[in-house]
Amino acid sequence: MNHKTALFNYCLRLGDQALIHSYRLSEWCSNAPILEEDLALTNFALDNLGCAQALLKYAGEVEGNNQTEDDLAYKRGERRFLNALITELPNGDFAFSTLRNFLLSAYEMELYTALLKSNDTTLAAIAAKTIKEVKYHYAHASDWVLRLGDGTPESHTRMQNALNKIWPFVDDMFTMHPDFHTLVDLGIAVDSESLKPIWEQKVNALLAEATLTIPTTGHKQHGSTQGIHTEYLGPILCQMQYLQRAYPDAQW
Amino acid sequence: MVNTTISKAEITALLQQIKDPEIPALSIQEMGMLRDVVINDEGVTVLITPTYSGCPAMGIIAADIKSLLESNHISPVTVSLIYSPAWTTDWMSPEAKEKMRIYGIAPPLHSSCSLPIDALNTIPCPQCLSTNTMMLSRFGSTACKCLYKCNDCKEPFEHFKCH
Repeated sequence: MNHKTALFNYCLRLGDQALIHSYRLSEWCSNAPILEEDLALTNFALDNLGCAQALLKYAGEVEGNNQTEDDLAYKRGERRFLNALITELPNGDFAFSTLRNFLLSAYEMELYTALLKSNDTTLAAIAAKTIKEVKYHYAHASDWVLRLGDGTPESHTRMQNALNKIWPFVDDMFTMHPDFHTLVDLGIAVDSESLKPIWEQKVNALLAEATLTIPTTGHKQHGSTQGIHTEYLGPILCQMQYLQRAYPDAQW
Repeated sequence: MVNTTISKAEITALLQQIKDPEIPALSIQEMGMLRDVVINDEGVTVLITPTYSGCPAMGIIAADIKSLLESNHISPVTVSLIYSPAWTTDWMSPEAKEKMRIYGIAPPLHSSCSLPIDALNTIPCPQCLSTNTMMLSRFGSTACKCLYKCNDCKEPFEHFKCH
């Protein structure tokens, strides 16, 4: 694989992550427990969509086959999506979605801070834009994880259940596609595996403060960097890509 | 056909008419969203930057720019989105912030902050200027704003976040 294909896939990895998380967040629209959270979650959805748009647009430019960000979002099959598994899991209850928001945004804080130093000026510019927004997501999600974890017996139980359920999918977020190492050597991409210790330190501290216990045993699911997904991505794409599949190249 | 007689300054002056559809009191220049106008043999390119990356107003702003310039016989017009340097509320002038306040939105107070610390700041009410206010929600009707209420005049209001 050459450097161009690796960069194309790297942009898909980051862009798909934002796109699929945006999709899940937008499902909260009109369904959140309170109005303020409806606004917050849909704001996050919008931020992620903007980030996905910029990254997939750049992916199309890198590939050089005249594919727009819409082509990449609407015309790829499941196996070509490189989003981390954690983003595609169903929303569950508010605790589960909030916890995912927290774990992802804590990762994105490290990822986009490191990407600010990328030798690729487009990726560095997208990182500069994204990091400002991710700080809000992280602050907001941290508040809620604390409040619910260290809250009532009911909210604590729901948060702990969410943590037990999501934990097998966390490791996959840090997995490096073998071809990305070249990009790391060139100072273009961030070695996601290297972000894990600092992420763990921050996440473990907050989860402990929230009186939550991290599962220490159990299976760890991987595969997203190879396009191997959970059973939940297919139905997302069915809905998201319906119009372009029913009416190819429809525009408005 | 490229109209070569028009200058960058004239185009920039025309673009004063383009408002942010969410905050019609301010032009895109006053918001700091208009970054540059480039005139060359291929036509006119207007470079704009989004406030927030998913800002849905960008499509409308781009369409407004095209139709305004084309109705002034300037074509072809390309509107390009640029991301670097990332937009910041620091680019809003004190006059622009005052216009925003008069319109009813509490403007961003500080120069670009490194943390979302809105909850800790005292945001004066844009109506009665009281500083006895409280945050209701960190997020509002658009990505760039959050919700406050004034404990003195009892009016709810929006605050444009420092970004």
